[in-house]
Amino acid sequence: MSSSTGVVALKGITKAFPGVVANDNISLDIHSGQVHCLLGENGAGKSTLISILAGLQLPDAGTIEIDGTPVVIGSPKTAVKHGIGVVHQHSTLVPSLTVLENLMLGETGLRLQEKRARARLEELSGLLGASIDPRLLASDLGLGQQQQVEIAKAMWAGSRLLILDEPTSMLTPSAIENLAESIDRLKHQGLAVVFITHKLREAHQMGDCVTVLRSGRKVGFLSPEQMSGFTEEQAQAEILRAMFGDDLSAAGGLDEAADLAGASEATREVAAIDIDEHPVILELDGVTSSGRTMDVMVHDVSLQLHQGEILGVAGIDGHGQTGLAEVVAGQRAATQGAVRFDGADITKLGVRERQELGARYVTDDRLHEGTVGNLSVALNLVLKRIGKPPFWRFGQINRSAVNAEARRLIDQYTIRTPSPATRAAALSGGNIQKILLARELGDGARVLVVNKPTYGLDLKTVRLVHELLRSFAARGGAVLLISTEMDEIVELSHRVSVISKGRIVGHVDNNGSGTAEKVGQLMIGGGNDD
Amino acid sequence: MNDLLTAAFISAFLVACIAGAVPLLLASVGETIGEQSGVLNLGIEGVMLVGAYTGYAVTIASHSVWIGMLGGAVGGIVLSLLMLVLNTLFGLNQIVIGIAMTLAGQGITSVLYQEKYAQSQPSISPDRWRIPGLSGIPAVGSSIFSASGMFWVAVLLAIVVAYLLSRTNWGLSIRAAGQKPSSLDAAGGSVMKTRSQAVLLGGFFSGLGGAYLSLISTGAFTPFMTAGVGYIAIVVTMLSRGRIWVVAAISLLYGVTQALGTALQLGGISVPTQVITMLPYLVVMVVLLIFARSVYISPVLAAPYARGAR
Amino acid sequence: MTTERTGTRRAVDIVVRSVLPVVFALIVGGIILLALGKNPLKYYGDIVVNGVLGGNLQNSLVMMTPLLLMAIALIVVFRGQLWNLGYDGQYLLGAVFVGGLAPQLIPKIGLGPSYIALIVLSIAVAAAWTLVPAWLKARFGTNEIITTLVMSSIGVGGTGLLIEYLFQDPAQRTPQTRTMNTADMLPYIPGTKVHVGFIVAIVAAVVFQFILSRTSFGLRLDIFGVNPKAARHVGINSRTMTIVLFLISGGLIGLAAALDVMGQWGYVRNNWNPAYGDTIMPFVFLARLSPVGSIPFVLFYSIFATGGTVASIDSGLSTDFNMVIVALILVFMTITEYVGSKRELGQSYLPDELRDAVRRPFAALTGRSAQA
Repeated sequence: MSSSTGVVALKGITKAFPGVVANDNISLDIHSGQVHCLLGENGAGKSTLISILAGLQLPDAGTIEIDGTPVVIGSPKTAVKHGIGVVHQHSTLVPSLTVLENLMLGETGLRLQEKRARARLEELSGLLGASIDPRLLASDLGLGQQQQVEIAKAMWAGSRLLILDEPTSMLTPSAIENLAESIDRLKHQGLAVVFITHKLREAHQMGDCVTVLRSGRKVGFLSPEQMSGFTEEQAQAEILRAMFGDDLSAAGGLDEAADLAGASEATREVAAIDIDEHPVILELDGVTSSGRTMDVMVHDVSLQLHQGEILGVAGIDGHGQTGLAEVVAGQRAATQGAVRFDGADITKLGVRERQELGARYVTDDRLHEGTVGNLSVALNLVLKRIGKPPFWRFGQINRSAVNAEARRLIDQYTIRTPSPATRAAALSGGNIQKILLARELGDGARVLVVNKPTYGLDLKTVRLVHELLRSFAARGGAVLLISTEMDEIVELSHRVSVISKGRIVGHVDNNGSGTAEKVGQLMIGGGNDD
Repeated sequence: MNDLLTAAFISAFLVACIAGAVPLLLASVGETIGEQSGVLNLGIEGVMLVGAYTGYAVTIASHSVWIGMLGGAVGGIVLSLLMLVLNTLFGLNQIVIGIAMTLAGQGITSVLYQEKYAQSQPSISPDRWRIPGLSGIPAVGSSIFSASGMFWVAVLLAIVVAYLLSRTNWGLSIRAAGQKPSSLDAAGGSVMKTRSQAVLLGGFFSGLGGAYLSLISTGAFTPFMTAGVGYIAIVVTMLSRGRIWVVAAISLLYGVTQALGTALQLGGISVPTQVITMLPYLVVMVVLLIFARSVYISPVLAAPYARGAR
Repeated sequence: MTTERTGTRRAVDIVVRSVLPVVFALIVGGIILLALGKNPLKYYGDIVVNGVLGGNLQNSLVMMTPLLLMAIALIVVFRGQLWNLGYDGQYLLGAVFVGGLAPQLIPKIGLGPSYIALIVLSIAVAAAWTLVPAWLKARFGTNEIITTLVMSSIGVGGTGLLIEYLFQDPAQRTPQTRTMNTADMLPYIPGTKVHVGFIVAIVAAVVFQFILSRTSFGLRLDIFGVNPKAARHVGINSRTMTIVLFLISGGLIGLAAALDVMGQWGYVRNNWNPAYGDTIMPFVFLARLSPVGSIPFVLFYSIFATGGTVASIDSGLSTDFNMVIVALILVFMTITEYVGSKRELGQSYLPDELRDAVRRPFAALTGRSAQA
């Protein structure tokens, strides 16, 4: 069949993990010269499908055919051999090696062929429309550059299929535009591109065709003909129905669903407050803090957080957000400046004292920092009150008090767990996030720092988390919302501060439209001065 | 004091210096290869002892120091197979396996020595390469330029490894495996293969270092004769961060501390033997205290790699 | 009901996993003995005779005192994922002060006060010897495995210096401390020849079991050990914790040294190193870092070591053969643990890459047989 040339075909791919079928009989054709979008919420099975194509996992059933010939991709090496290049969601560059060394990694032959590598990089740079200094250390690259290097690496050995796994999640609007241009060039070179996203509007903008995944199944497909034939609204409605299926009404109708799926520009969804009528509860005054080894340090940050306010902190990932959160939580010392809570200086206080005052922190690393996986759900719920009555008396644990508190919180926050004694690691990401929120929001919380609170969660939990934050603020709590999701920032914040390289580079009042654009401009302005 | 600085004295000093430095150099080069690839081999003490013993036994059987050295290297590789299989392939705890290797190496060589050689205690006469012309120079001629051929082989091997690590694709893979194995995997390399090669090569060098110690530095095997050189090799590795010339420099420094004891005794100055044996450790501790900030340990060192796990 | 059944299955599993490595190690050890031309059955039989029978059990219990305390010392740091491998130096330094001072101190201030003073001194000396590694670890993250080992070597050398230049018994030509009068040594438990240090060790095991499993300190320690990032998140000061754990560990080793010297040996001679820590380590893991759980294992090893010393001398074997057995137990322990955890998760025993490599030849085989 002539139509099978230039096609990578997945046929009936099925992959199950303990307790979940990640891919259930998925078939799709990827054609050369097309951008094939894979769309689905977190947990829909996109990443598993990609790891199968990348040779990181073998499917339980199903086959992959390249130009009509079945192939087994048992390792990344085989994938590279077949011309399948993957840009993973997480960087695969070795930070301590130079750009050139990173690109040469995986080559065979004894001697390093630097000259040849430079020539190849130049060739690819022209193709991508990027210029990269090959001698730079990977750790010194900006985020946009880093991604260009990742793409160059994916195409290093000559590519037929380029897979981009959520490439835009960390990029500024202008960097996304650059990326789109690069992808367009590659497409016209005859390359097949798979573009993975959970944002509907990106799928629509970038994709020639769209496959929609839900709960591990392929639930929708829009062919190139349909994509070009439909109006934008028609295409959107079609995709949304596929994404949500029967849950469409549960998600609150087409509009609400479109909103959740990031179909359109986000708008503010919290009630306006008059900042001046609300007293300041948390104040950072010229705070500087050194990071640990590779972190970006926090530099001369001044912020005021009012009661009842949600203050968004927008920025590209890795620009000092974690440092900022930790300085507020007391996990990291401020080397200069002051942190004030209710007017009192708390700069010298540790985590436990601040916790007691009501300053709480929901970390972005919920699996390895926020919870201790092999401890029970119950202990994780009282993790920050170790040693305190009524849970501990004279240093000795009072198990019945711990369990009673755990049951209360499990009910209140609808945490799905077989029992309070279940290991926390056995729970889903969404329920683990609920543990964190239950623990931090209870017992006299007044200021809540949340770092990427919905990262990697399914849409229903995202909605619940947003609801909890809004109602906490409505009750007079103050939220410092650190996020890399522009939509989330715009929807929830009263005001937005923009962080770049550890400094606050500007503030935007979130009233009316255009907030995203203004914030984006600040992110670029503060982020491209290297 | 002028008597001390005779040609004979300097020569003896240099001989002692080489005798101390080369075993450590070889072992540290081996440990460096492993550490660069992400494997912390705490069993190096045991590996060296096995190398020292097998080298000794093979030399006695074959009457050739060179075949003995090879035997020592093979012995080192054989014990390293334990690390290879249990850690690199199966991902079991490197620290526990390392301790087991040390105990096994100490125990089995002591038991075997007791069985076979404790009565006769045969000693080995080292081979010497007197380099024509150069060996006539006072002091250095009778020491460096009359050293065992193995000394020159060791120097050459260190240079080769320095080249391999910095200038070849293989070296690049080793470094990637030790810094971010997932990158190597994604780039189509094999973490397992790379680390396996590093472990075996590490065993080769540590075994060779042990054999050098028993065959050339001292001329006989005695149980527990490494006396912590393996642990010092680990420190050297951590301080040098993959730079072989630093490994060589620190090894030389260690050799000097060893030679100092010998020199003082030759000079008739009585120093308690404990002080001499403690000296290198004191130096190491002081170095660690001074350079504590610059000791860099890769985040993935001693962590087994499993694809897909983060 | 199902939970009850899985509960018993788990318990059986744990016992099997703890005992199996020892059995395998003894089997392989037997094969090595055969290869050396010894009779393994006679060797192991000798161990039982000399370690258990005819009052020899009491010797084993005496041996058990320092070993059990050493085990607890290791458990405390290991739970915090810290490696205190400097036990030899810590033990010997504590021991040499006790051995060196006891014969002179006892006549001056009497038995009871001397015991207490010497125990406190030994604890202080051994704990102090952990301070530099602990501080380096806490402040700079310097690998404590290396620093404790290096400090241990310095401590061993220092012990020799102390004996020769400070505590030398003038009546002896070999370097050693003065010897305590037999009457001045720790009293026996009534009706036995086991000194009261044994009771101290057992009590310590129970106390630490309680601390580790039931108190807030124990929980903090566990969080610190399994997840340092979470520990920081919940406000556990990792520097303080590191130093405290090292001090406790060193202190317990000092206690072991004091009781051992005053209860069993009565003096310390140069170049003497019982190396309790090396040999007890695998059993600490087999007991899953539980102080009380380690008691049977320590008893087993005490018998093995007490009987083994005699057995190896009888059969003309180096006493270092014990080390081989211990190394084998460590190896089989990790393997058993690996197989067990893989079984629990329902995974293949082989890692992916290796499994593929194994599969390929099989696939080739089946392919051929299908054609035939």
